[in-house]
Amino acid sequence: MRRAVRVALIFEREHLVGVSGGKRNGLRQQVVLSGVGGQGILFLSRLLAEAAIACGFPVLTSETHGMAQRGGVVVSHLKVGGFDSPLVRTGRADLLLVLKEENVALHREFLADGGDLIVNAPIRPDAGSGVRVHAVDGDALALSAGVPHAVNLILLGYAFARIGGGEAGGFFCAAGEIRDALSRRHGGSGSRLAASLSALDLGIAHGTW
Amino acid sequence: MSDLILMQGNDAIARGLVAAGCAVAASYPGTPASEILSSIDRWRKKCGATMHVEWAVNEKVALEIAYTAAIAGLRAAVSMKQVGLNVASDPFLSAAYLGVTGGFLVVSADDPGPHSSQTEQDSRLLAMMAKVPVLDPASPAQAMSLAGTGFDLSEAFGVPVMLRPTTRVCHASQDVDAPPFLPSVREARFVKDPARWAATPLFRRKLHDRLAEKIEAIASWPATAPIRVNPGGSPAKAVVASGVAFSHARELFGELGISDRIALYQVTQPYPLHAAFIDHLLETYAEILVLEESAPVIEMQIADRRRVRGRMTGAVPGTGELLPEIVERLLSRFAGLPVQGRTLSTGGGRGRRPTLCPGCAHRSSFYAIRKAAPAGIFPSDIGCYTLGINLGAVDTVLCMGAAVSQAAGFDYANRLSGKQVDIVATIGDSTFYHAGIPPLIDAVVQGARFVLVILDNGTTAMTGNQPTPGSGIGAGGEITAAIDMEGLVRACGVSFCRTANPDRLPEFVALLKEALVHSRERGVAVVIARQPCAMVAFAAGGRDPGAIAITAECNGCRHCVDRFECPSLVFDEAANRVRIDEMTCTGCGVCVHVCPTGAIRSA
Ligand code: SF4
Ligand code: SF4
Repeated sequence: MRRAVRVALIFEREHLVGVSGGKRNGLRQQVVLSGVGGQGILFLSRLLAEAAIACGFPVLTSETHGMAQRGGVVVSHLKVGGFDSPLVRTGRADLLLVLKEENVALHREFLADGGDLIVNAPIRPDAGSGVRVHAVDGDALALSAGVPHAVNLILLGYAFARIGGGEAGGFFCAAGEIRDALSRRHGGSGSRLAASLSALDLGIAHGTW
Repeated sequence: MSDLILMQGNDAIARGLVAAGCAVAASYPGTPASEILSSIDRWRKKCGATMHVEWAVNEKVALEIAYTAAIAGLRAAVSMKQVGLNVASDPFLSAAYLGVTGGFLVVSADDPGPHSSQTEQDSRLLAMMAKVPVLDPASPAQAMSLAGTGFDLSEAFGVPVMLRPTTRVCHASQDVDAPPFLPSVREARFVKDPARWAATPLFRRKLHDRLAEKIEAIASWPATAPIRVNPGGSPAKAVVASGVAFSHARELFGELGISDRIALYQVTQPYPLHAAFIDHLLETYAEILVLEESAPVIEMQIADRRRVRGRMTGAVPGTGELLPEIVERLLSRFAGLPVQGRTLSTGGGRGRRPTLCPGCAHRSSFYAIRKAAPAGIFPSDIGCYTLGINLGAVDTVLCMGAAVSQAAGFDYANRLSGKQVDIVATIGDSTFYHAGIPPLIDAVVQGARFVLVILDNGTTAMTGNQPTPGSGIGAGGEITAAIDMEGLVRACGVSFCRTANPDRLPEFVALLKEALVHSRERGVAVVIARQPCAMVAFAAGGRDPGAIAITAECNGCRHCVDRFECPSLVFDEAANRVRIDEMTCTGCGVCVHVCPTGAIRSA
């Protein structure tokens, strides 16, 4: 018996590697981003993750790689707040952002009841009941603005306009914090930063009544 | 402003290695491990460390280079995916016997799922077979800290150590508090000891005994002992988990509110499992559930079958990824809670299949191959071009380099049945250097009859565009010697070796026909299809949307969509014709040659 007690002392230590607490204690948000290769899903999730860190939240993301980069489906999971697992379970996402309309059928089930679906589509798709659907024709906007590769930021801007963000609720951060994250990414100035910011603003403008 | 930075698991592993004074790092790219080496190079530059960093020709060579640095007393690491460890298994098993003097870490990234791999194999089993201790991180942050622990363990016992992350660690990102870089002050000093470093079978026997002793000692090394993360109380049940399955379990323990009822242990060193931990488990708990990916490595070391449940007992699914939905179901059942009705993500199908990028020259090569050899057999290999399967120009994919040996094998088999069928094998440039050369030599000597098309886009595209021995650049962008592919092919004894641009479709089809004639009469013919990867050209700004137009002559026959499958050719069902997707079209113009009615034009 004495041996068992000694052994127990070795293994019953507190765990050292783990999750730290967030600034806005208690905030937990799960987001799923879905699209196809080349649309900038991974860029979008990193941008959001960096904004989360700047706001003082612990963050976990999980990406799919490999074959999916060749035009196949790309999904990214983003969990802001005190989580351990990098994956979002079905029925748990607060927000689903879809850059390719056909993916709505694939990833709709990640959304929690009462969650928000933001989708790049010319007409509002049918996503069943129990969720709020916000649709915008991001491709058409991007083409007419001459920024075909900024659909991701247009959708993000639109999402911010529709559901809000920051202390007031909605997104874990405010749109301004995304602007800051973009600015850090692009070294504070330059034509690429300007193009990214205007894509974001274009989306915001289209989501605001 | 905090010091936390967002790091991908692979980036975190690289930071952990460089911070712990790794001096030599080598790798061959493979998903999900590919980003490790490029990150090592980035961190090396950032901290100004003197290191040797290289993309090796294959995993065996990479392991041998890093291992040698470690027997010269430096800290060294090699990284690869699990399938790459198969290629490197020969030196890996021997290195365990001979041991090391400097710390040596073998990073082998597994892919439960599998998301982008041929197999779901568990590298930890190979570590067990080799008698090499293995560390199993549960998150990017932990992977980073275990890189340093791994070096310490390796040096404490003079053995190689395996760090085994999985896709969900490698490609997860997290806010991480990065450790400072330790200035490395070691000098390479190889101490000659032929009895050890060139050991004959007699000594190997003794080395094996010594290795067994080391493993026994490592099974009580405090720094890697399992830890109960929810101490207190004396529950009758315990969950023992490792890797990302532990992360899922820890989160679910909170959500399900079962922390006071069940003990949760994290195992970071699944092999050798701490001996005292096994005793403790069996003395303390009536029921034990083991969660690990992919093989039952921990489970099989806990001997009492009546009390232990896991993959071996069928309580946990025997294959596939342990998704959090599955862990939720297992934990609920184990805790006696009602199992939630939520079903697993069925995804309503898998969505659109991946396809070669718009503007990818492989598409031209495959289209031409089917034109030139409509009744042919098409062995292929591992890379983006595996997607030629959609175009009907890839019939087999086995493992790195097998396109060449399988082409020869098909010819021998046909020959035995008195048949001759056209065989056109495809292999990428990186794969050719990796494992295509020995089988090519063999095929020439045996007089095999086939055409080998080397798809030379100057890069390892599939894994994120790492350089190849032909590209003349190194891991850090420095200029290196470049291998002359044509000269190499000729030196293998191939008499027909011609190079052409596959995007010039009609000429390329004619060249393939010529090569086929040669192969039927005189043996192996090699055609090098040379055109840079479209992603590389794309990044350099090479895109000309609006260059291609569909004329009114399009009759909706679908030939271009079904046989050429360029994602920028979109079939408009309502109008029964094709249109160009300007969001993605690169303007390469190859499709102009594909439409039988001439409805695709350069605008
Ligand atoms: S990454 Fe390069 S080689 Fe791979 S499919 Fe795209 S263009 Fe082709
Ligand atoms: S573009 Fe040509 S090949 Fe394609 S559907 Fe129209 S007619 Fe057929």
